[in-house]
Amino acid sequence: MSQASQESTVNDKNMTAFGEPIIQIQKMNKWFGQFHVLKEIDLEVITGERIVICGPSGSGKSTLIRCINRLEEHQEGQIVVDGIELTSDLKHIEQVRREVGMVFQHFNLFPHLTVLENCALAPIWVRKQPKAEAEATAMSYLERVKIPDQALKYPGQLSGGQQQRVAIARSLCMQPRIMLFDEPTSALDPEMIKEVLDVMIELADTGMTMLVVTHEMGFARTVANRVIFMDEGQIIEQNEPEEFFNNPQSDRTKLFLSQILQH
Amino acid sequence: MNRPSSKLFVRTELIPAKTPPLSEIGVAKWVRENLFSNTLNSILTILSFFLIYWLLAQILPWMTQGVWEAGSLNECRKIRESLGESTNVACWAVINERWNQLLFGFYPPESYWRPILALILFSFAISPVLFISVRKELYLLTFTSPFLCYWLLWGNTVWGPVSAAFSFLLGILLFQQISRSKLSILSVPITFVFVVLYWWFLLTPVAEQLDSFIPISLTYIPSKEFGGFMLALIIGITGIILSLPIGILLALGRQSKLLIINKICVFFIEIIRGVPLIVWLFTASLLLNYFLPPGTNFDLMLRVVIMVTLFASAYMAEVIRGGLAALPVGQHEGSSSLGLNYWQSMRLIILPQALKISIPGIVNTFIGLFKDTTLVVFIGLLDPIGLSNAIRATTDWNGIYWELFIFIGLLFFVCCFSMSRYSQFLERRLQTEHR
Ligand SMILES: Nc1ncnc2c1ncn2[C@@H]1O[C@H](COP(=O)(O)OP(=O)(O)O)[C@@H](O)[C@H]1O
Ligand SMILES: [Mg+2]
Repeated sequence: MSQASQESTVNDKNMTAFGEPIIQIQKMNKWFGQFHVLKEIDLEVITGERIVICGPSGSGKSTLIRCINRLEEHQEGQIVVDGIELTSDLKHIEQVRREVGMVFQHFNLFPHLTVLENCALAPIWVRKQPKAEAEATAMSYLERVKIPDQALKYPGQLSGGQQQRVAIARSLCMQPRIMLFDEPTSALDPEMIKEVLDVMIELADTGMTMLVVTHEMGFARTVANRVIFMDEGQIIEQNEPEEFFNNPQSDRTKLFLSQILQH
Repeated sequence: MNRPSSKLFVRTELIPAKTPPLSEIGVAKWVRENLFSNTLNSILTILSFFLIYWLLAQILPWMTQGVWEAGSLNECRKIRESLGESTNVACWAVINERWNQLLFGFYPPESYWRPILALILFSFAISPVLFISVRKELYLLTFTSPFLCYWLLWGNTVWGPVSAAFSFLLGILLFQQISRSKLSILSVPITFVFVVLYWWFLLTPVAEQLDSFIPISLTYIPSKEFGGFMLALIIGITGIILSLPIGILLALGRQSKLLIINKICVFFIEIIRGVPLIVWLFTASLLLNYFLPPGTNFDLMLRVVIMVTLFASAYMAEVIRGGLAALPVGQHEGSSSLGLNYWQSMRLIILPQALKISIPGIVNTFIGLFKDTTLVVFIGLLDPIGLSNAIRATTDWNGIYWELFIFIGLLFFVCCFSMSRYSQFLERRLQTEHR
């Protein structure tokens, strides 16, 4: 897909009115022991929105998006995802996780299962789909991430970029309403970053709600509706991508942008 | 400066691969590299060959020229003397005469076919578990064989084991029903209570009723007639089969965030592991008599099996905990993020990998357990060692040691070595990571 067509599709989306709020985070606080890692987070995400979260290492970006599918537990405040509040109630947590897909920095594929089994596993066991149907869906998503020919291999036989695309397909097989990405390209060799970003851009074009932690500023510019900058567990600044990059307001943001845009 | 000129170089044809020179392949290279790579290595090689030759020269004649036909050790000695002055050969006659006792103890000879049939059944029953490629229909046998084997070994009416199997079948159905209903959290305890109550009140009456309609039975053979290698196999195999699931549960419990479960598991593991097995066996044979109401006939062999199983489970739990700890936390996160619940994620993602990592440790524990069954001799069960003592106590064979112990050792070695080989086969087959 060419750069120009990406811009146009994304800009079209900017024009269209978005739907309901799908994630609502209010006055959320989280501690690791004594360490106050997330402070008074307020965030509302609207269906179809594509948000890029950036910030220095250790600022709490991963922790924030992991709170959204309760891989981390928050101590204060409220998180409502797709109308379900996240509490210690296991039923609610499982419900939310069914609707929220997550892609990790280190892929977290299951090495003892083939690519196809990796993808079909959750639909079979969680969505109770018949095996044949789940595998057919899995194949269609593997085609979308352009690796149908690797379906019967084990993850260990694939390159990093291929593994990450499998991980994306695996999440999509659950047909989630929201996708979370935690630095999906940080563990990849440079020549593989693009193949993963391309898949993510295509996904954005389908109208998926996406929260992406990344330092790929090119991706943020082309795909995001909103860029959030975090530091020391707080949201420091959020804005539309053009404004965010061209006209940052806070000093921390300016410093951060100058550091990552240097090279 | 003498730098080579930086004139443009472009390779137009790629160099094809050539076969390596003769000195790099074949037997000669292997011998040179592994046996005679330097002076010290060469000296050690020659010394070792000499040592091996010397040992074999001592042992082989003793073994191969042994006496097979004799009625007692004295007869053996006579035959030996008649062979020549310097010959010292084994007296295998003792094995020839007593092998059935070493294998079956005092199990009635006319019923030897029963344990043999049980062993054959068992081998077929575990084949689909050991080798996934085997026909799946055999799984049916896998689930029925414990009851069949029990019946074959101990005899009595067939309806006892059938009734027991029936209780488990009912238990499974009940479990499925409850887990679909609103009480799903209580499915495990309710099923457990149901099965216990069935065993308490219904097991025997049901069996007796059925037996009065259609009597099918084998002669009852009490546990005290069991012995020899068969006893070791029964205790060992039961212990092995039961200790793995119990060990898995203990390991998961020890990792659990639920404080009570966690503490119970830790307590259990540490207590069981911290006391020698022989103490537990004595506890099983002596102490339990004080606690059980007088007159209860709680089979000694059953008690021993329980103790051996619990003992191995504690070790198993620690081995598996090691495997669980070795898994990257990303595997838990990956499966949770897909919406798998705890048991699904354990069953489908975590345990298959953790168990695979733990295979060497698990098999190590199995082998240890199997050899530890010889300890039951101290509480009066006639395992092979116990029988060898009994055989030596007879006037015929008083004073014979090596032949008996070599035979017993060989039996155990064959079993343990097969387990070890199987574990290596399994590890290779499960190798999916390409590191
Ligand atoms: N499980 C944990 N226990 C304790 N501290 C943690 C844990 N996970 C993360 N932290 C700390 O929380 C802070 C935020 O971490 P993280 O959200 O991973 O940052 P980022 O993704 O922005 O680099 C870091 O200082 C990190 O050391
Ligand atoms: Mg991070």
